[in-house]
Order: sequence, then C-alpha cells, then structure tokens
Amino acid sequence: MSALVGILRLWRGGTPVVPLPDLWRLAGVPLLAILAFLFAWSRVSATVETSLGQIPGPVAVWRQAGNLWAEHQAERGRAAVFYERQAQRNARLRADNPRAAVTNLTYTGKPTYLDQIVTSLKTVFAGFLLASLAAVPLGILCGLSKTINAGMNPFIQIFRPVSPLAWLPIVTMMVSATYVSADPIFQKSFINSAITVSLCSLWPTLINTALGVSSIDRDLMNVARVLRLKWTTTLFKVIVPASLPLIFTGLRLSLGVGWMVLIAAEMLAQNPGLGKFVWDEFQNGSSDSLGRIMVAVFTIGIIGFLLDRVMLALHQLVDFGSRR
Amino acid sequence: MSAFIDVHRISKSFAARREARHVLRDVSLQVERGEFVSILGAMGSGKSTLLSILAGLTAPDAGRVTIDGAQVTGIRRDAAVVFQNYSLLPWFTALENVRLAVDAALPDLTKDEQRAQAQRALEQVGLGNAIHRRPSQLSGGMRQRVAIARAFATKPQILFLDEPFGALDALTRETVQQDLARLCAAVDRPVTTVMITNNVEEAILLSDAIVPIVAGPPATLGTPIPVALPRPRSIAQLAHGEEATLVRAHVVATLTAALGRPRRHGTVRLKADPTI
Repeated sequence: MSALVGILRLWRGGTPVVPLPDLWRLAGVPLLAILAFLFAWSRVSATVETSLGQIPGPVAVWRQAGNLWAEHQAERGRAAVFYERQAQRNARLRADNPRAAVTNLTYTGKPTYLDQIVTSLKTVFAGFLLASLAAVPLGILCGLSKTINAGMNPFIQIFRPVSPLAWLPIVTMMVSATYVSADPIFQKSFINSAITVSLCSLWPTLINTALGVSSIDRDLMNVARVLRLKWTTTLFKVIVPASLPLIFTGLRLSLGVGWMVLIAAEMLAQNPGLGKFVWDEFQNGSSDSLGRIMVAVFTIGIIGFLLDRVMLALHQLVDFGSRR
Repeated sequence: MSAFIDVHRISKSFAARREARHVLRDVSLQVERGEFVSILGAMGSGKSTLLSILAGLTAPDAGRVTIDGAQVTGIRRDAAVVFQNYSLLPWFTALENVRLAVDAALPDLTKDEQRAQAQRALEQVGLGNAIHRRPSQLSGGMRQRVAIARAFATKPQILFLDEPFGALDALTRETVQQDLARLCAAVDRPVTTVMITNNVEEAILLSDAIVPIVAGPPATLGTPIPVALPRPRSIAQLAHGEEATLVRAHVVATLTAALGRPRRHGTVRLKADPTI
C-alpha cells in the first residue's frame, strides 16, 4: 500500500514519502517478478500440447476472464428482460381486471461466475462465523483452566489435521439425517460446505485464544484481584480485551484455512460456488475449461489475499499490547 | 491490644529447581492506625513478596497477618494497592480505569455518582483535563497519577504501595511524591499506608517510620526508625535540615551495617542507636 502511495506522489511530481530504494524493493521488484512469471508462463504454455489443445497462456486466461464477465453481463441482461416482461404482463392484467391474480416469479437462470463468487463468500463467512462462535468461548475456557485445557488437548491434536475431504461425507450424512424440511431456508449443500469449513477452520482460533488468555499479563490479573472485580467484569473488561490481539491472529488464520478448505468442500458438496465452478469445468472438458479453471485459481488467490488484509487491519485495531 | 496491622513471624519460600528458596523468614512488623510506614531495602530483598502477603495477594507459608484484629486471608475491601508498573488497562481511558475500581467498590452508587467520584479522584491528582486519554497517550508520571487516583477513588483505609515511583525519572518522581503526600494528608480519616521502596529520600519524605529490610533473601526486618519531621515536608527542607540528615545517616548506617555483616540464619536484630 505504501508503495502505491509513493508511486502516486512521484506521478504528481511531489516528493515521494517512500525513499527510492524502498520504492524499488516494495513495488519495482514485485512488478518485475510478475512480468517474469507471465513471460515464462506464456513461453512454457506454448510448448505443451494436451488432448484439449494448448495449455492456456496468460493471454488466453485473460480472454477467458473477459468471457466470464461477458457471460455474466448477458445473463443479467436476460434477467432484466425477464423482469421487464413480467412487469408489463402484470400491468396489462391489472388494467383489464384490477383484481386479477398476478404472480411474481424470480428469474432462475444459470448462476454466473460472479454469482458463484458471491455464494462462495457467503458460505465461507457462514462457516467462519459458526467456527468463531464455538472456538472463541472454548478457547477462553481452555485458557482459563489448565484442567479444561488438558481435557481438550487430545481432541485438538487429533481433529486439527483432518482434511475437509474426510469431514464432508460425515457432515453430509448427518445433515441429510437431521435437516429435514419441506421448505428449507438454506440449501443442504450450503450447510454441508459451511459446516465442513467450520470444522476445519476453528482450530487456529481455538488454539490462539487459549494461548492469549493463558498468557495474560500477571499484573493485569493482580489488578483485577485487588480491585475485587466480579468474574464477569474480569472476563469482559480484562481477560478478553487483553487476549484480543491473539484471538484476532487466530481468526485471521482460521479465515485463511476456511477459504482454502471451502473450494474442496464445494467441489464435493456441489454447493454452487467457486469449487463447483472448477469441478463443472473439469467435467466439461472443453478447450476453454483449462483457461476458465485458471481464472478461478487467480480469483481464489486474490480473494484469499484480500480477506487476509481485512483481518490484518482488524487485528491492528485491537492491538493494545505494544502501546501500554 | 495489638497493632492495627500486625505481622507475626511470617515466612515464605518459593520452590526453586531443587530446594526451596527462602524469601522471607520470621518477619514481624507492627503498623499503627493512620501511620505511614516505609519498608526500605535493596532490589530482590523480598520486599514485594512481603507487601503482597500484607495485601492478601499471596498466602504466607507460616505466621499470620492480622489487620484491625481480623486475619488476612484475601484482599480486603478497604485496602487499595498501587503497583510499580502502573498496571492500568491499556484499552480503557484514564476515567474508565478509575471507574472500574469505583464501580466495583461502590456498587450502590448511581452511574452518575460513580462517574463523578472517579472524575473527582482524577482531578485531585491534577489530571482533570486528561480523563479521556488512554494510558498510551499519557506520560509515565501521569499514568502513575491515574493509578494513585484509582487507589484513592474508593476511599480506602489501608494503602499498599509497591515501589510506586520506581518506574519514574527523578524529576517526575518528585512531583508525584508530593501529590501522594498531599492526598495521604488531605483525606478525612488517616490512611494507614505501607510503602515498599529502595529510595531513602522518598522514604524520609513520606514516612512516619522507616523499616529497613536487611540481608535478603531470606529477608528480615530491622528495627523501625522513626521519622519525626514536621509535615508538610519538602525535598529542599530534607536536603538541608539537620533532623533529616540524622535520620538519613541512621538509615544508611543500618542498611550498610546489615550488608557488611556475615549472613546468619535466624533474625538479624539491629538496635536503634540511642545517640542519634
């Protein structure tokens, strides 16, 4: 970010806030590295032939990104036309007979690439929220009591390394057995992937929260004791604020894990998201598929990076530790 | 009739790697109601352990502490503690830090009264216009003033001070000391105070009696040295006054005599020199 600011200042003829050597390191080197990567990629991809044709180079992938955007626009256009026709028809019906029964249908088109990104984000946040709601209180309990921590530890150690691919069948069967509703608010596939995401992403938050609470400054605990604070006051005004930096470190790691796990979960659960997009393209096997999957790879990477930045900013908001 | 604060032959040791490390052995101390007593000794002599036992934060291995006739088993409602490193909550403003103490100690007051009392306490230490600042926005001296305001805001009967000026530079230290002396003198009823310090001047400036702590660990207490100087005292007066000079000489002599003496088990008893 600071590099960007520096470049902007240079551009406008001002003095750069960032000294030139730093600017080179912060912006020049990464830019060069990206260019070198793109160059190498396009050279290598030109030499590899598959049964589906050439491996797509940067240009082909960029074109596919454009196609996906165009498809999205076209689909939105069709939806707009549909709604307009429906409105016209309803208006006509009402004009003939003010008491005519009009129906308002929602447009059911194929989800576009952008729809799928939105679904993925919703799923990951649902799973992440679920995980945080469980992990933060549990982590606080583990941090407060050595006994509880000792009791929880084997489960943390055993379940933490389990892959989402192992959780998903279990989750799917459990959800199918228990979530029976004629008019479900959430689709089963959405719930399956969200729960799988939370099962995999709750561990970093749990471990870091427990660490934050157990490593709280002894002086602060002494203050709570000499002020004779009630335990609820101690918890919410001393313990939780003191461990917020580590809790947020955990949340940041959890969201990263969750986003990574989501794609795998969506692929298997057939939840309409980026994972399903990748899977469908893989099954489709057209000459465009490879390029489209590569677009998805970059999308996943960039969104993951942005999520991490947001969490980092939140983390810095609550970090009082160094400013005592 | 025993003293207001009566420490009777307490011992404390901490488990070190193999053997128990004696920090305090057979320590006794009497403090009368309303008295300001300083426990003066070098770093690492077990002073802080003694204070935390008095305050009820730590339990002694042997012996007992009674305050106003009741044995100390936990933190007393009418006691306040000021720590060396301020110990303010960094996520709260000065006012919120003081209010935490007021709200906990006086839950019967209304919110407005609690707020007013906290604000008054901050005004008394000269921080009336900094009440909405966080500790990170305050200087070291201001932070310790907030900590002192927090201690006085609940109108305690007993005050325990653990090297309250230890983290301050010499110039700031002086002004905060004056503030503390003023607060101790200004309250309606006398506050019984035990202060831990390693600074002779500070002890003379504030105390009614100085108890040297010698040859720790395990630490034992020397005979209390009375400081019969008129109040209010000032640093300048202490620097040149004859009486103050005598007290200083006595204290320093006691401490250095103890340092030069070979370590023996049991209590080291030091007699006050009647000629001083």
